[in-house]
Amino acid sequence: MISTSRWLPFEKPLQDIDEQIRRLEEYTTTHGIDRSEKIRELREEHDALCVQIFSNLSAWDKTLLARHPNRPYTLDYIRMIFDDFVELHGDRRFGDDPAMVAGIASLQGQTVVVIGQQKGRDVKERTYRNFGSAKPEGYRKAERMMDIAERHGVPLVSFIDTPAAEGRLDAEERGISEAIASSMAHLSRLRAPVFAIVTGEGGSGGAIAIGVADHVAMLEHAIYSIMPPEGCAAILDTFGRDGSRGYQAAEALKLTAQMNLELGLVDEVVPEPFGGAHRDPLETAHRITACLRQRLPELQAIPVDALVGRRYAKFRAMGQFTAEMS
Amino acid sequence: MTDAKRPAPSAGDARPAPAQMAGIPKGLWHKCPKCRAMLYQKELERNLRVCGSCQYHFPLSTAERIAMLADEGAFAEIDANLLPVNPLGFPDYADKLARGRAKAGQNEAFVYGDAEIAGAPVVLGVANFGFMGGSMGSVVGEKVARALERGAELGRPVVLVCASGGARMQEGMVSLMQMAKTAAACERLKAAGQLYITILTDPTTGGVWASFASLGEIIIAEPAALIGLTGPRVLEQNLKVKLPPGTHTAEFQLAHGMVDLVVHRRELRGTVTRLLTMLAPARAAAAPAVE
Repeated sequence: MISTSRWLPFEKPLQDIDEQIRRLEEYTTTHGIDRSEKIRELREEHDALCVQIFSNLSAWDKTLLARHPNRPYTLDYIRMIFDDFVELHGDRRFGDDPAMVAGIASLQGQTVVVIGQQKGRDVKERTYRNFGSAKPEGYRKAERMMDIAERHGVPLVSFIDTPAAEGRLDAEERGISEAIASSMAHLSRLRAPVFAIVTGEGGSGGAIAIGVADHVAMLEHAIYSIMPPEGCAAILDTFGRDGSRGYQAAEALKLTAQMNLELGLVDEVVPEPFGGAHRDPLETAHRITACLRQRLPELQAIPVDALVGRRYAKFRAMGQFTAEMS
Repeated sequence: MTDAKRPAPSAGDARPAPAQMAGIPKGLWHKCPKCRAMLYQKELERNLRVCGSCQYHFPLSTAERIAMLADEGAFAEIDANLLPVNPLGFPDYADKLARGRAKAGQNEAFVYGDAEIAGAPVVLGVANFGFMGGSMGSVVGEKVARALERGAELGRPVVLVCASGGARMQEGMVSLMQMAKTAAACERLKAAGQLYITILTDPTTGGVWASFASLGEIIIAEPAALIGLTGPRVLEQNLKVKLPPGTHTAEFQLAHGMVDLVVHRRELRGTVTRLLTMLAPARAAAAPAVE
């Protein structure tokens, strides 16, 4: 599932230590000489370095981490979190969008309906999944799932990981904007508990289309942004023209999980294992599972009328402005 | 969110440049940016600022738009005192707001209030592209939501005239959340059984088109208006492709089933009036009994 060859520049020192450990272990096996003391030292060094690097990430570093090619994707999480999953397909209008996966799952006996964007791991799958950019039929498939959740009185769980919705001509012809708007509107009045988690890239309208939830969590190194920082820097004249403008825009957009929590736009940040979700996918999945096991019963305990009212009030209150005294 | 700047015209591009008026006595004659016809100011005004020779629809100011749609003297603005703040401390934002205010002569990119159209009480909202590209930040989102909620509470139809480059970059995720907020408010109005008409003017794109604008119960567009999630210029740049002419226009969206009507400006008020009149019985039934 996960290739070991693709790492970010700031991960390089960690990779070097990993490589040394691997060689020493190999040496131990082939030469029968015990190097476990040295290996332990290296592991300690590795962990300390990991803490140091991952405690001081910039918004741009996090943008790269959120897009890390080794990061677990929605179907990886679904496999690790749920004990059963039946994937469902199609929007019953046009087609089936591989960039949006959906289905019915069981979380330790609790049935849930799952939706989420899906990215691809290798070149072929990336193309097949359209790099996680869903088309109208993807959002309409998600809307079908919302209806199923409501009809059967089970929670909806949404995994957000997309650079953006697909904006190309075919998507435009089939009404990508209407599909996004309709999906948000549908969620806003859905008579079922809605849980969403941004696991990687929460990219603009394509992300919020499935993000109008009672509880919105973000993984520690995920981002949630109005636009990719590079795109923002290209459109605005604010950040100059040099190579650092993506970095500057990432800072200015306040797109990290921590900033989104501070701004009151998400409800919880789920910590990732040191080194990021891709270094320990199973542990990351355990943490999401724990979050779900805590939050779903809380949401289910709220009468559905109150829940829908509360969801409306939550998003209704977002925004900052002042009223000038006349 | 996308196409925050108006598409720059290029050679062979059918999309018009802003009116060039160099060397012409200001205010008396206007050159149509599309067909280059010289238009006499009084004539242009009589035509609701539509070019008499090629039917190009000039942008309208908020006051002109209100005057064109609402009964004379029947518009009362609400919440004019809502002002933007800088929630992210975004560089340059304060300057851009100041420039927008100076250019548009209003506090924000959206104005709404109580109005009457052919005697029917409505809530009328009008976006101003001249204020930071009509982009939706907290104030625009809040006003749109309040307009929709007012319609639901008072049992009145809501008519929103849209023009926007999308969600406002400088408020980041706070802007993006306005999409969810306004979409939710649209549902409130519909649940209250009230008519919701959106009028898409040039341009209506990005997060505004992908939220309250495309949720209109009835969607009317002005001829040739640019409408789309991502404008053709950005698509061509990002994807290094050449799009066929005429994509992302009102007529294109009509052909693909995304808008109900493309209506010439001179018939706009009449069309809205006919819809308001014919759907009045349903409104009366849905309106709250208290007065």
